[in-house]
Amino acid sequence: MRIHNYFVFIILFSVINFSVIAGEFSGNISAELKAFKNEAQLDEQEQFYGSLAFQPEFFHDFSDGDQRITFTGFGRYSPANESRNHVDIRELFWSYFSDDWELRAGIRKVFWGVTESQHLVDIINQTDTLEGFDGEEKLGQPMLHLSWFQDWGTTEFFVLPGFRKREFSSEDARLRPPFLIESSDALYESDAEEKHVDLAIRWTHVLGDWDVGFSHFYGTNREPRLILDPSLINMPQTFIGTQPIKLVPYYDIINQTGLDVQATLDNWLWKAEAIYRSGMSEDFYATTIGLEYSFFDIQSTGVDIGLVLEHLYDDRGTESTNPFENDIMTGFRLALNDEQSTEALFGVIQDINGDASILSVEASRRLGEQFKLIIEGLLFTETNENDFMHNFRSDDYIQIELAYYF
Amino acid sequence: MKKQITLLTTTALLLLSLPFSSFAQTAEERGLEIAKEIDRRDTGWGDQMTTTIMTLRNKQGDESVRENTMRTMEVEGDGDKSLIIFNTPTDVKGTKFLSHTHALKNDDQWLYLPALKRIKRVSSSNKSGPFMGSEFAYEDISSQEVEKYTYKYLKDESIDGRDSFLIERIPAYKKSGYKRQLVWVDKEYYQPLKIEFYDRKNSHLKTLMYYDYKQYLGKFWRTNRMEMQNHQTGKSTTLAWKGYKFNNRFKSRDFDKRALKKTR
Repeated sequence: MRIHNYFVFIILFSVINFSVIAGEFSGNISAELKAFKNEAQLDEQEQFYGSLAFQPEFFHDFSDGDQRITFTGFGRYSPANESRNHVDIRELFWSYFSDDWELRAGIRKVFWGVTESQHLVDIINQTDTLEGFDGEEKLGQPMLHLSWFQDWGTTEFFVLPGFRKREFSSEDARLRPPFLIESSDALYESDAEEKHVDLAIRWTHVLGDWDVGFSHFYGTNREPRLILDPSLINMPQTFIGTQPIKLVPYYDIINQTGLDVQATLDNWLWKAEAIYRSGMSEDFYATTIGLEYSFFDIQSTGVDIGLVLEHLYDDRGTESTNPFENDIMTGFRLALNDEQSTEALFGVIQDINGDASILSVEASRRLGEQFKLIIEGLLFTETNENDFMHNFRSDDYIQIELAYYF
Repeated sequence: MKKQITLLTTTALLLLSLPFSSFAQTAEERGLEIAKEIDRRDTGWGDQMTTTIMTLRNKQGDESVRENTMRTMEVEGDGDKSLIIFNTPTDVKGTKFLSHTHALKNDDQWLYLPALKRIKRVSSSNKSGPFMGSEFAYEDISSQEVEKYTYKYLKDESIDGRDSFLIERIPAYKKSGYKRQLVWVDKEYYQPLKIEFYDRKNSHLKTLMYYDYKQYLGKFWRTNRMEMQNHQTGKSTTLAWKGYKFNNRFKSRDFDKRALKKTR
């Protein structure tokens, strides 16, 4: 679906809804400032970036609550990094609720999985790479989604028409490799290209202390391989030398089976996610296995501390399209449980084979009743040239965001 | 004459035997009997839906308000199921907390985070921690089952002119923040009028007062306002209950993971 179609949708939708009812609106507006520790390494990059984001949300129930329309829009304006300017329909869908089944049709976001450091199993939505380095933000995905509830578990069927491409940073962005990746020149294995209809099925169940999920996906890989632009390969050698290195994303048709399990035992959470993927040059598996232990109400202060430990593994090793081929994530979660809901999460991802590591911090605190201050930072340490993270060695940053929720 | 004496003796014996039977009952038995009667009288309400408004007050008197929608379904022979939807503060709007409570084994709890569309199963070991930054701990708002405490009847006492039983109860579940609680149970409502909470060091931590009891469905008494005062920090929380609604015909499916995504 193209951007201009989105605009038509937004306008149509706004007109319909403003006339129906008020009060089911909510959302947030935020301003952020990102400051990099070092000056830019590459031309056209900056040291400071400011931007604004807007996320309106709306829902409306009808026919006695059996049906619902849901909308979530998103837009970002970033003057110093124009390629980050984008609008997206995160959600615009119709739901029908019956006793044993629910049907949803439209653009949606779906989350699968249990682990914290990465989300291997979660494959339905494309990552919104313009929104953050951590990959937590997702683009809306058109879908037909049927959920069927039985005593032996919930089974969900997905038909996914229309693929959302992954965007890659443009020249003026930080946190990018020294070569350009041309998202618009993307290549597809399927002749249908981004019109390939993907399919997925997922079964989930709660068995006492265990929450289990089992899924299979067939369709366009959300995570592209990067290949040398074929149009350059045919050029004379001398000419290529004068061109900047340009890579293009290549989207394979894949089959991916996923398993996610969490056991919740007193203060312990035991978590595991595993995927097996075929359809790329070689079949492979990847896992995230870990645990989380929480100390609650320490010394009757109300403060909680959580310790997270996860092992990230990718069978492909250094061939992986994922930087975490054999890494350990250590996390420290702090929640003051005060009136302002002050929280912080510190994390370190350390490469077991190499010496690359990433330090991250994310902290937030409510100001008054409707504002929230969010501070985020990333630090790349001791990277060696062979590691993908080496590209970001001078991209340590701190970001301050002030959001207003309504 | 002789006959009269026999009659007198019988009467005296009868009269004696009445108080005697209650003297034979220990304070623990009497306490448990009251707890069971509270439970018996509050059985059969089925389900309820309310809006709760929590007003948090710090020592300086600054206020902060949280509004939630709370759905509860009675589960006979086990703890109740509840679904809490956060409405304010606006940054947590749409966050939902699902809880399947159990008498002695761990509760099952899930949290729905709307920004990520993510359901997280969370540890229910947090009994004593504050609920939404308030003076109410998770264990204070959890379903009250008879098996959760051991009891001891202390005496009759009146609170604000209302006759009540004063009982002491000691948490039987793990990880409670309390060594003991003193509960004043109204003799008419069979519901608490006042609870004093003593921390693990046995010092007086909090006092909870219940106000504005009203009867619903011709049978069940519900408070409309609770005031929790923390004596150690000077903070307090008012919990107001608005618009009790019964007979919602809730089913188990309104309290499972699908309900976390669906319910607004």
